[in-house]
Amino acid sequence: MRYENLLDSLGGTPLVGLPRLSPSATVRLWAKLEDRNPTGSVKDRAAFYMVTQAEKDGLLSPGSTIIEPTSGNTGISLAMVAKLREYRLIVVMPENTSEERRQLLRMYGAEVIESPAAGGSNEAVRLAKQIAGEHPDWVMLYQYGNEANARAHYETTGPELLADLPEITHFVAGLGTTGTLMGVGRYLRERKPAAKIVAAEPRYGELVYGLRNVDEGFVPELYDESVLTTRFSVSSADALRRTRELVASEGIFAGISAGAALHAGLAMAAKAVAEGERADIVVLIADAGWKYLSTGAYDGTLEEAEGRLEGQLWA
Amino acid sequence: MAIEVRIPTILRAYTDGAKQVEGTGSTLGELIADLDSKHGGLGERLLDDGGLRRFVNVYLNDEDVRFLGGLDTPVRDGDTVTVLPAVAGGAG
Repeated sequence: MRYENLLDSLGGTPLVGLPRLSPSATVRLWAKLEDRNPTGSVKDRAAFYMVTQAEKDGLLSPGSTIIEPTSGNTGISLAMVAKLREYRLIVVMPENTSEERRQLLRMYGAEVIESPAAGGSNEAVRLAKQIAGEHPDWVMLYQYGNEANARAHYETTGPELLADLPEITHFVAGLGTTGTLMGVGRYLRERKPAAKIVAAEPRYGELVYGLRNVDEGFVPELYDESVLTTRFSVSSADALRRTRELVASEGIFAGISAGAALHAGLAMAAKAVAEGERADIVVLIADAGWKYLSTGAYDGTLEEAEGRLEGQLWA
Repeated sequence: MAIEVRIPTILRAYTDGAKQVEGTGSTLGELIADLDSKHGGLGERLLDDGGLRRFVNVYLNDEDVRFLGGLDTPVRDGDTVTVLPAVAGGAG
């Protein structure tokens, strides 16, 4: 495949069967390999759409400063786009994220402001909003509430899936900003009303839920519960175990959030088998494992890996 | 046997610091009422106008109860209920 530049190569990622993880010939699992995007994650789609929309709206011109709260992948995607379009990028990222993300961001020329580990991404969002408030000329794309994030998936990921797998019955993905699930979910439901849209939410160690009271909680503005069929909370242990199964059974070296999505996908597969229904279940692989090597997720026993992951934001 | 309920750090003031408590009931609503009778004030932190509070997520065996039937979701001995505050997820 030939493209004029890197951004043009966005999307069009492979959909590959998971024959060894699929329970039967009529209940099949598929993996959408989003690590095959320009910076190696699904977030390239949202970053490109959000920047393009801001340019159309006249908010950005060369030399503009973008500030964004992110746990890593969106920041890396934005850093690449910002580099090519000559914007300055400042990311606000929780300190309990992997070292690889920090190095990649710096490599692309982004500035990194760390937010406290306690409180996880909530704190990154709060701090980024505060800093943006102090600099009215800076642009916060705000992935948690930017419709272009979900639209990227409505216009690209969803159509790719339906074209490659017209018989799709389930779509399973990690729940973060909710953009992937909202965009793909709406697209599929319009065309296949019976499609099941399933969220896999990471369940972290207690540090991440270190709020002072429940009213400080956070629900992304993009989130619309009615798009989802169901939502699973997936522990670090289950996500790690499934991430390793992806390598062992199918040869796919994926990030840990992909393991969480696979865990939810296998639960839906078991349900389809129990009910005697045909199923073609797509699990979204948000990124590859490279950025998580330093967490020790792939090394030693599962218990050791789980211990090392305690308190880390792995998705 | 009873239903095991995992309590997040911010609500442990109501459970004398316990990470996990037990309760009974045939629905989630009954279970929460039972918990509130043993741990006064807990119910009010979870419920608002008769439904779950916006920033409170409750999972029955890891599945969000909002998709199962809310407070009417049937629960059984041996189930695990996890209460967590809604936070900005990862993957961002």
